[in-house]
Amino acid sequence: MRRTSPRLTVGLTIFAAFIILGVILPFFSPEDPRSWIRHPRNLPPSAEHLLGTTNLGQDTFWLLSYATQNSLFIGLFVAFFATLIGVFAGLAAGFLDGIPDRVITLLADVFIVVPSLPILILMSSLLQGRASLVLISIILILFNWPWPARQMRSIALSMRERQFVNTARFSGSSTLQILSEEILPHIFSWSMANFVNTVLVAIATESGLAVIGLSSLEEATLGTTIYWALQHQALLGRRWWWIGSPVVAIILLFIALFLISTGISSLSAERRGHGDA
Amino acid sequence: MQFAKFVITRIIAYVLVIWIGITVVFFVPRFMPSDPVESMLGRIMTRGNYMEAEQVEAMRATLTQAFGLEGTLAEQYFGFFHRTFLTRDFGPSLSLFPTPVNEVIGRALPWTLGLLLSSTVIAWIVGNAIGLLAGYRSRWLSSRALEVIAIFVYPIPYYITALILIILFIHINPIFPLFFSIRGDPPSLEFISSVIYNSILPAASIVIVGFGWWVLSMKALSSSISEEDFVYFAKLKGAGEGRIMTAYVLRNAILPQVTVLALQIGTIFNGALITEILFGYPGLGTITYNAVLQADYNLLMGTISISIIAVASSTLIIDLLYPFFDPRIRQR
Repeated sequence: MRRTSPRLTVGLTIFAAFIILGVILPFFSPEDPRSWIRHPRNLPPSAEHLLGTTNLGQDTFWLLSYATQNSLFIGLFVAFFATLIGVFAGLAAGFLDGIPDRVITLLADVFIVVPSLPILILMSSLLQGRASLVLISIILILFNWPWPARQMRSIALSMRERQFVNTARFSGSSTLQILSEEILPHIFSWSMANFVNTVLVAIATESGLAVIGLSSLEEATLGTTIYWALQHQALLGRRWWWIGSPVVAIILLFIALFLISTGISSLSAERRGHGDA
Repeated sequence: MQFAKFVITRIIAYVLVIWIGITVVFFVPRFMPSDPVESMLGRIMTRGNYMEAEQVEAMRATLTQAFGLEGTLAEQYFGFFHRTFLTRDFGPSLSLFPTPVNEVIGRALPWTLGLLLSSTVIAWIVGNAIGLLAGYRSRWLSSRALEVIAIFVYPIPYYITALILIILFIHINPIFPLFFSIRGDPPSLEFISSVIYNSILPAASIVIVGFGWWVLSMKALSSSISEEDFVYFAKLKGAGEGRIMTAYVLRNAILPQVTVLALQIGTIFNGALITEILFGYPGLGTITYNAVLQADYNLLMGTISISIIAVASSTLIIDLLYPFFDPRIRQR
């Protein structure tokens, strides 16, 4: 019954490595990786320092592990709330019809078009590098709920006409019951794929802001790690391990997330082809 | 009537996007925990310029005006819109004093438009052409290989591609210049060639990523359309391969691609801002960044408002081009 897709397997394997790096390993960190001058500066990779040390005397490996933790936190936090809000707003729009539908659709369309980065830049320049990761995440939620909302609205519109929904309604279920018991299972897999995709978008946007030094400068994320490396001329100094570790980490993480998200979609499409719906 | 209705809904949406976007820009400085004027003043003072008390007062007044913080909230709100749309006067740039903000933006805008327009159009056309071929011939080995490459390229954000290109072609193999420098005057050949030479890497970082997406989505669309009955019928009818691909598959597959392009403009713009900053490309992204670094709030409010208007306008233009691709809207 349960078929797997090679994309999903590869994606999940790489992602599991990042969970180990960003969630489990930080507990074993021998030091606060953000603190400066704990080690000799600019060491190349060795057994003691797996990815060498930075110009600020930090261990690049532990810094990367710490940064991954923060980036994953932002991604999961934003994706969870954006998907939750988007799914319910979209379903509400699709089932309630009339004015709520118009308002929600309009808001969704507006937030898809308005570019998020200029507004984030304005906000963080006013906060001068003290924007907390939570505040940045909240702005990202504001710009990421419309995608699931649009999709859910169109699913809801088509679902509304299907037989089993009417059966449930005539047998006396409330709208909320119909939503949670009959329709949610149908849209769960799409939401999962969207969730993973939003993790990617959120991490990418925060890192983009961070690469130019406009995210939180007090915390370390994959993006701020790149920013500090650029600021301290890791490129001109040819310290590839320093600038390279966060760059390679971002690439691997994003490929993994993309594989998971498309893997879930194609798996559920296949299952629908063979299965009941 | 369909066409008129289509145009009117798009224009209403356009006005609303700009209205809500500018409203967000208006409220952001007001919801910050610190007073933007005082924090800016503090920042300007710490940059080492000694100022007399009257100068500080004058500066405070200028900043209050720049943020549109005079009068009641309603007055501020209408004043802000009046300034953004009617007078279009964002005041003088504080870092390039006394050059007006409009002039600074006016100089940067053609650069950004040129970069975005050329790279997006190239990525869209080439990506869709290759995606169409790969989808139509989805059993070919090269189509599958291409899809794998696209999967690995697409999820990478622009600035990471930009960094990789910078590392590979500026630092390891110094083929392209470290600093953006333009030689010659506008109409001359020297000017044009130096613009192209300096813009290749920034454009490439945008093209590569966009290309991956268009290949993937077009391949999926065209391979499913190729299996439709009407395509099969066309084959039985004896239509040539080229004709089936363009007149039957492409015409249907291109519609969602136009819609998606309109929806993606904001995302592409976000990415291009950071790419510009990394390359020191003299467009909106770089002047926005410099405005942040130099606490030039007149300029920052100007570039951010113009960014939102520019993105909304490009989206509107693509939306209005849609009827050219879809006869169902055009002919009714």
